[in-house]
Amino acid sequence: MDNTALKERILALVPDAEFQENKQFLTFIIPPAKMHDLAVTLKTDAALAFDYLFCLSGVDMVKFLEVVYHLESTAHGHQLVLKTRTADRDNAALDTVCDLWRTAEFHEREVYDLMGIRFTNHPDLRRLFLEEGWIGHPLRKDYKDEVNIVEL
Amino acid sequence: MNFSIYDFTSFNQWIDQFLRAHMPGFWAVAIEMTIIGLAILLFYALVGLFLVYAERKVCAFMQNRVGPNRVGPYGFFQTIADFVKLMLKELIHIKNADQLLFNLAPFIIIIASFMAIAAIPFAKGLHAIDFDIGILYVIAVSSLGVVGILLAGWSSNNKYSLIGAMRSGAQIISYELSVGLSLVTIVILAGTMQFSQIVEGQANGWFIFKGHIPAFIAFIIFLISSTAETNRGPFDLAEAESELTAGFHTEYSGIKFAFFFLAEYMNMFIVASIAATVFLGGWMPFHMGGWAGFNHIMDFIPPFVWYIGKTFFVIWIMMWFKWTFPRLRIDQLLTLEWKYLLPINLVNILIMAFVVLMGWHF
Amino acid sequence: MKEVINLPVKNIEEEEYHINMGPQHPSTHGVLRLVVSLQGEIVKNLKPHCGYIHRGIEKMCEKDTYPQIIHLTDRMDYLSAHINNHAVCLLVEKALEVDVPERVKYIRTIVDELNRIASHQLWWCSFGMDMGGLTCYFYGLRDREHILDIFEESFGSRLLHSYYTPGGLMMDIHPNFQKSVKDFIKYFRRKIKDYDDILTGNIIMQERTKGIGILSKEDAISYGVTGPSGRASGFACDVRKHHPYGVYDKADFQEILGTEGDTFTRYMMRMHEMRESMKIIEQLIDNIPAGDYSAKMKAVIKLPAGEYYQRVEASRGELGVYCISDGNKTPYRMKFRSPNFSNLSALDHMSRGVKIADLVAIGGSLDYVIPDIDR
Repeated sequence: MDNTALKERILALVPDAEFQENKQFLTFIIPPAKMHDLAVTLKTDAALAFDYLFCLSGVDMVKFLEVVYHLESTAHGHQLVLKTRTADRDNAALDTVCDLWRTAEFHEREVYDLMGIRFTNHPDLRRLFLEEGWIGHPLRKDYKDEVNIVEL
Repeated sequence: MNFSIYDFTSFNQWIDQFLRAHMPGFWAVAIEMTIIGLAILLFYALVGLFLVYAERKVCAFMQNRVGPNRVGPYGFFQTIADFVKLMLKELIHIKNADQLLFNLAPFIIIIASFMAIAAIPFAKGLHAIDFDIGILYVIAVSSLGVVGILLAGWSSNNKYSLIGAMRSGAQIISYELSVGLSLVTIVILAGTMQFSQIVEGQANGWFIFKGHIPAFIAFIIFLISSTAETNRGPFDLAEAESELTAGFHTEYSGIKFAFFFLAEYMNMFIVASIAATVFLGGWMPFHMGGWAGFNHIMDFIPPFVWYIGKTFFVIWIMMWFKWTFPRLRIDQLLTLEWKYLLPINLVNILIMAFVVLMGWHF
Repeated sequence: MKEVINLPVKNIEEEEYHINMGPQHPSTHGVLRLVVSLQGEIVKNLKPHCGYIHRGIEKMCEKDTYPQIIHLTDRMDYLSAHINNHAVCLLVEKALEVDVPERVKYIRTIVDELNRIASHQLWWCSFGMDMGGLTCYFYGLRDREHILDIFEESFGSRLLHSYYTPGGLMMDIHPNFQKSVKDFIKYFRRKIKDYDDILTGNIIMQERTKGIGILSKEDAISYGVTGPSGRASGFACDVRKHHPYGVYDKADFQEILGTEGDTFTRYMMRMHEMRESMKIIEQLIDNIPAGDYSAKMKAVIKLPAGEYYQRVEASRGELGVYCISDGNKTPYRMKFRSPNFSNLSALDHMSRGVKIADLVAIGGSLDYVIPDIDR
């Protein structure tokens, strides 16, 4: 499936998906409530068959927190980038996708650890790198650590 | 033997008579025992030190390295330096270990190997005690070592140690069978269990040659199973470095660790010397039938040199496969013993009995 | 009458216990901690605990300029340092739409492949050590030394090179480079036979690895297990083939896929890959075009605002660099998708029901480098 067909297909599946210009990948911003349903369709539909999640990143855009999913289909070779956003910085929560792509289990734990986004229905959501009881989430832009980070 | 200068029997008798002439019988025996004890202790320490050095050099040779070369000529005193270091090291106190058993374990292991060495004939007349059940005694005593290993693993209060000890228990008890049965094969051929008789029986040909194929099979099985019994690679599952850090002696330090280390090398020496004695003619020189001149020259080499040479040859083979093979897994190890070595061994005994019955051996 | 005390009867056979493998353990290849639940010797499940050398490289990147970031990427997977550098350089070049001279592309490809061979040599020797064959270690390191000597001659360092810069190379290659590389290939073609003799063909090694730690193709894709480990399961994930960079599209090499997905196949994949890498180098080494060793770059590199993603094939799998730029000289957000991180997540799945000794072998065949997991 080429990018135009893919774009139409995604927009048909999620009409309120927001298309974002990007030179490299076809990028959509998906409302968080619809993310998991869309992910199920993307994974299971034979024409789409996005079976390989090659990157999952958390981004702090100050106004909102964002999770970026880089997807590829090993059968068809097409690629897609999805983003979901949450504006709630204190209790950020999104649906997990680790029931579909097992690699998300570790990646989501990393995002939770460093970015502070909770993933609902995640089987084992603990901090991955930092110790339990660490205060704050270091990759957030408003994270302050006067001992370890030297501000220039 | 034509050369009675290499016969230690008269020398021993002279010491005995001298002592008995000057003091009561009890004191004579006590002094003899002390002398023998000290001599074996000294021998034990020297062989242990040399074996550690030899292993390092052999493994360095296998691995494109030089090995120890700084302390003394060709690094010869390296092990002495290491021994001094181990002596001076702190004995780490393990908080929740069973102190009595924890301290006892290294001694049990070292005593087991020490007792086994007493029965081994180094030359004619040169052994501490010549049991008429020598082979049975050595098999019995050498299996005591496993008690030490199990105690060490249990009392350390460490799961790695415990796994190592359990593996070792299963391994040694299984391979004990093969060691025993392969020796029984030769006992059938020799008709005696006394080490001196076994060696005398090989005056006109070593048992490995005399006993045709069954003796050779028994030798191979003995080599494999004795390596397993001494916990050496590729059967070093009890200390499997990459899996269990150091297995049963993980928690030991300083001189107690050195005891385990020394006992491992001495066990290797003991099984190698049994292999040399039982299969390769012990201190008997190498003779070729009909080559009178050659045999005469061979006789000039002292029996002790023959014995040491054969023993070190076997040790070298054991080192060779330690440094070339990867380690087995525990289930494969037990499969090898129970499904392959043991049945082969039993059939081998039958064949040997048949050969002896028909008088087909030389 | 005696009082009978009813103690709850525990079935010892079914009782589980936990051991901590690591953070200090000979077979975790660094400071990784695996909490392993065991029943006797059989692994029930395991939980990896990472972060013992988490340095916050992604956070540091937000404060550093792009040429500085290259030095940080060296410290992730230190065994494929060149390839990590390559990812960041390609990302910056793509964002700025810089045309890199052909000479640079050739040299980068050759050096990447040399780096891959060196990395696999170290994997081979440590895998041998995990299996208990200590001699392998010295064979592998002996041959790796030759590559490190070539690196030292040309770039002045042996492990962390930072040789690539955005737009080109730090300096031109040493005049001896081509000759020493060709000598090395000739030497290593001979020596790789030793590897097969000492370990591949060994019956104990084959018995211990065949049919152990099986990862199916679906699981490999789902867990994102890439690189030789993923290809052993039949997952065609070679970035060099599917999204070519450098001059891989000009080189003739095979993407070898396995079918079994067990420890032995993963082992064989890396052995094949060393041979394929030598093939690539042989094709390119005589054809390095003359020219500049760097494109003209501005003194201060500022990426246009936007998002960029670059994938490269590191020696352990796919390395992804995701960069969000707001037009400044430092990135707004930099994310590294490291191959070992995803590979490690499959370890629990693969090692259920095997023995401890197999767990060590599976870990060895995944070839994880801890700084790359923790970043």
